[in-house]
Amino acid sequence: MNTITKQSINGGEFLIKDTAAQDIFIFEEFSEEQKMMAQACQDFIDTEIHPKIEEIDSMKNPDLVPSIFKKAGELGLLGISVPEEFNGMGMSFNTSMLIADIIGGAGSFSTTYGAHTGIGTLPILYYGNEAQKSKYLPKLATGEWAACYCLTEPDAGSDANSGKTKAVLTEDGKHYIINGQKMWISNAGFADIFIVFAKIEDDKNLTAFIVEKDFGGITMNEEEKKMGIKGSSTRQVFFNDCKVPAENLLSERGNGFKIAVNILNIGRIKLGAGVLGGCRTVASYAIKYSSERKQFGVSINTFGAIKQKLAEMAIRTYACEALCYRAGQDIEDRMAALAAEGMEDTEAKLKALEQFAIEAAIAKVHGSEVLDYVVDQGVQVYGGMGYSADAPMERAYRDARISRIYEGTNEINRMLMVGMLLKRAMKGEINLFEPAMAVGNELTAVPSFETIDTSELFASEKDVIKKLKKVFLMVGGKAAMALQDKIESEQEVMMSLADVMIEIYAAESAILRTEKLVSLKGEEACKQQIAMSQVYLFEAIEKIQTAAKEAIASFTKGDEQKVMLMGLKRWTKSDLVNTKELRRQIADYMIEKGSYPFS
Amino acid sequence: MKILVCITHVPDTTSKIQFTDNNTKFDKNGVQFIIGPYDDYALARAVELKESLGASLTVLNVGEAETEPTLRKALAIGADDAIRINAFPTDALFVAKQIASIAKENNYDLILMGRESIDFNGGMVHGMVGELLGMPSISPVMKLDIEGDTVKMAREIEGGKEFLEAKLPLIAGCQEPIAEWKIPNMRGIMSARTKPLNVVDPVDSEIATDVTTFQLPPAKGSVTLVDKDNVEELVKLLKNEAKVL
Repeated sequence: MNTITKQSINGGEFLIKDTAAQDIFIFEEFSEEQKMMAQACQDFIDTEIHPKIEEIDSMKNPDLVPSIFKKAGELGLLGISVPEEFNGMGMSFNTSMLIADIIGGAGSFSTTYGAHTGIGTLPILYYGNEAQKSKYLPKLATGEWAACYCLTEPDAGSDANSGKTKAVLTEDGKHYIINGQKMWISNAGFADIFIVFAKIEDDKNLTAFIVEKDFGGITMNEEEKKMGIKGSSTRQVFFNDCKVPAENLLSERGNGFKIAVNILNIGRIKLGAGVLGGCRTVASYAIKYSSERKQFGVSINTFGAIKQKLAEMAIRTYACEALCYRAGQDIEDRMAALAAEGMEDTEAKLKALEQFAIEAAIAKVHGSEVLDYVVDQGVQVYGGMGYSADAPMERAYRDARISRIYEGTNEINRMLMVGMLLKRAMKGEINLFEPAMAVGNELTAVPSFETIDTSELFASEKDVIKKLKKVFLMVGGKAAMALQDKIESEQEVMMSLADVMIEIYAAESAILRTEKLVSLKGEEACKQQIAMSQVYLFEAIEKIQTAAKEAIASFTKGDEQKVMLMGLKRWTKSDLVNTKELRRQIADYMIEKGSYPFS
Repeated sequence: MKILVCITHVPDTTSKIQFTDNNTKFDKNGVQFIIGPYDDYALARAVELKESLGASLTVLNVGEAETEPTLRKALAIGADDAIRINAFPTDALFVAKQIASIAKENNYDLILMGRESIDFNGGMVHGMVGELLGMPSISPVMKLDIEGDTVKMAREIEGGKEFLEAKLPLIAGCQEPIAEWKIPNMRGIMSARTKPLNVVDPVDSEIATDVTTFQLPPAKGSVTLVDKDNVEELVKLLKNEAKVL
C-alpha cells in the first residue's frame, strides 16, 4: 500500500487535480500470493465451469449450479471479503476486485457469484449487528448458504425507493409480516437467504430485512427466459405473509434505501472489474480463431481489418483494467486511512466506498461498454461462426448485454456520476467552481503560446489530459450555470458530461498505468502499452469532442457558443497519431503471444 | 510416515517455445511456469495420503530462486514444508544426485514424483534416485495405496495394467489417474507464506551432459483425408505426392 507517501485525492477530484503515476496501483503490482489466488480461480473456471458451460446454461440439471457454487465455497472464493473471524478470508478490497475480474470469465456463473458475494452477503457484512453477522456470515462465506438480494419490483426498477412491498409488525412486536412481489432476483432458485427491502407502514424509505427461506411464505415463479446468462437463476419472488423475526431487521427502520444505494455502489465497481475476465477470454478466443481461420489462402489475422479489431479489444480492456484497479486501490487506501484515524472498521469501509462513488459508476459504465464492444468485435472476427451457437462468441455476446442494465443502468449511472459531482461542488466538498471560473477566464484571454518539453515520455499526452479536464470544467461549469436546477432534467446534457468524465478518467488511467510500468520495466519492454495508451487517448479526444459539442449546442447560442467551440478546439488539439500502424504493432504482438498478453 | 514429493518447474503447456543464445538456451521471456503436470498428480496423491495417514509432506525442487513461486504453490496445495536445492537442474543425473542427498539425510518412507517432466521429458530421475538410494523405483504408477508397510500399485504397461506390491521405502513415478489435480484453496494460499521454504546448497556433482543446440520440430503440414474405400487414390498420393512408395 502507498498510504504513507501517496498524495490523497478525493473522489471526483481527478477532474481538477493531476495524479502522479507512482500514486496509482497497477495490475502488474499484484503480489505473488494475489496472482496465485487469481490463478486458482482461473483453474476453477477452466475445470469446473468451461467444460460444463452448455449444461449450466441449459438449466436442465437443477443441482449443477448449486454444486459448482459449493465447490467455489470449498475453495474459499465465496468468502473473499468476509473477515476471518466469520470463516472468510478477510482479503483486501483490490484482491476482491481481482477475484471478481477473473470470475468475470465464467459466463453466467459470474452473475451467480456476484449476486451472492456482493449484494447478497455485503448488506449483512456492512450493516448487520454482531448477532446477525455471527449467524449468517460464516455460512455465506463457505457456501453452505446461498444469498440473493430482493430490491427490484415490477413497478420499481431504477426508482427502487418506490417499492410496494410491505412489512407489518405483529401485535406482540416479535415479528414482521412481509407481503409483496420482487422480480429479476438473481440466485432466487437456490437461495437460502433473501435480503428483502420493504416499507414499514407509510414510511418514505425502505427498510431491509434478512429473510431465511425456511421462515415460510415465499413462493416463486418459474425461471425467467433470458437473452443471456441463462445458467444464472433469475426468478420472481412472492412474499405472502412471510413471518420474519423482528431481530432480522437489518440496520435501522427506514435505512434500507441507503443500504441499497451503498451496496449497489460496491456492486458497480466490482462489475467494472467483473467484465475484465470476459474481455480477456473473448480477445484470446479471437486471437486464436483469427490465426486458424484461413481465407484467400492466408490466416485472417494477416489482414489489417482483423488486426484493427484485435488491437482495439486489447486497448480498451487495458484502459479498463487501469481505471478499475486505480479506483480499487484508492478505495482500499482510504479505508485504511480512515480506520487509522480511529474510525470504526465498517464505517471506514462504507465512507471510503461512498467517497469514490463517482469512480465506481465510471468503472461500471466504462467496463460494461468495453465488454459490449469486445464481444461485438469478437463475433465479427468469427464471421459466420460468430453467429453460430456452436462457437463461443454467440454466448459471450448474449451474456455481455446484461452488464449495461444491472447494478443501475448505464443511463442511471451516467446521471448519477454527474449529479453527485455537482452536489459535492454545491456543498463545497469538491472545489469545482474555482477551477471552472479560471477556465472561463482563460477562455476569453489570449491563448498561451507556451510550449512543453516533449522529450519526456507522455509529456504531450499528459498536457492533453490537462486540457481535456478544462473541456469538462468549461462545459460542466457553463451547463451548471445556464441550466441550474433544471440540469437534472436535461438528461442528454448530463449524459454528455458523463461521457467526458469517463473518457478523461480512462485515458488518464491508461497513461499513468503505462508510465508506472515503464518506471518498473523500462521503455523497451513496454512498447505495446505505450502504443495502447496513445491510441486510447487519441480516441478519447474524439469522443470528448463529440460529447462536448452536443452539450454546448444544447444550451448555448450565438457568441457564447462560438467562444466555447473555440475553447473546445483549443483544448482538444493534439498531434495526429498513426493509429493504423500502432494498432498493427499491438495486434502483431498479441498474435505472437497467442492470447491477451497484457495482464 | 514421511513423504517427499519432487516437483519440476516447467513452462505452461500452452507456452510458445523459443530459443536464445544461438539456440542453446530456452527463452523464458513471457513464459508462465507451472508445477509439472505429472508431478502435480503425485502431489495430489501425496496430499490425500498425508490426510488419510497423518503423514508429513515435504516438497522439493532443484532450481534457482525463480522456482520459489512454484514451490509455494505446492505448499498452498497442502505440503508442510519445502526444500529448494539452489542449482540449475542441468540434467537428470545431476537432479537425481541432489534428491538422493536430501533423501539420505531425511529418511523418507515414500518419494513421489511425476513419471517425467514436460520440458525435457527424460523420465529418468526416479530410476536414478532409486539406484542411488538402493530403493525400489516404479513407474508409471497410476494407482497407489498404502496398507501398513506395503504399497499396492497399478502401473501402465503396453496394452494393459500391471498390479504390483512393494514394501516401503519406495520411489514412484506417477501419472493420471492416481489422483485428481488439486486447486489450492484461498486459505491454503494464505497459509503458504508462513510454511518453511528451506534453501540448501547443492552437493558437488559432475555435469554429464552439454547442450549443443535446440531445434524446434518441423511445422505440421497439411493433411489429406482419403476415403477408406478409395485405396487406389491413397496409393497414388503416397507414390506421387508423399513419394514414400
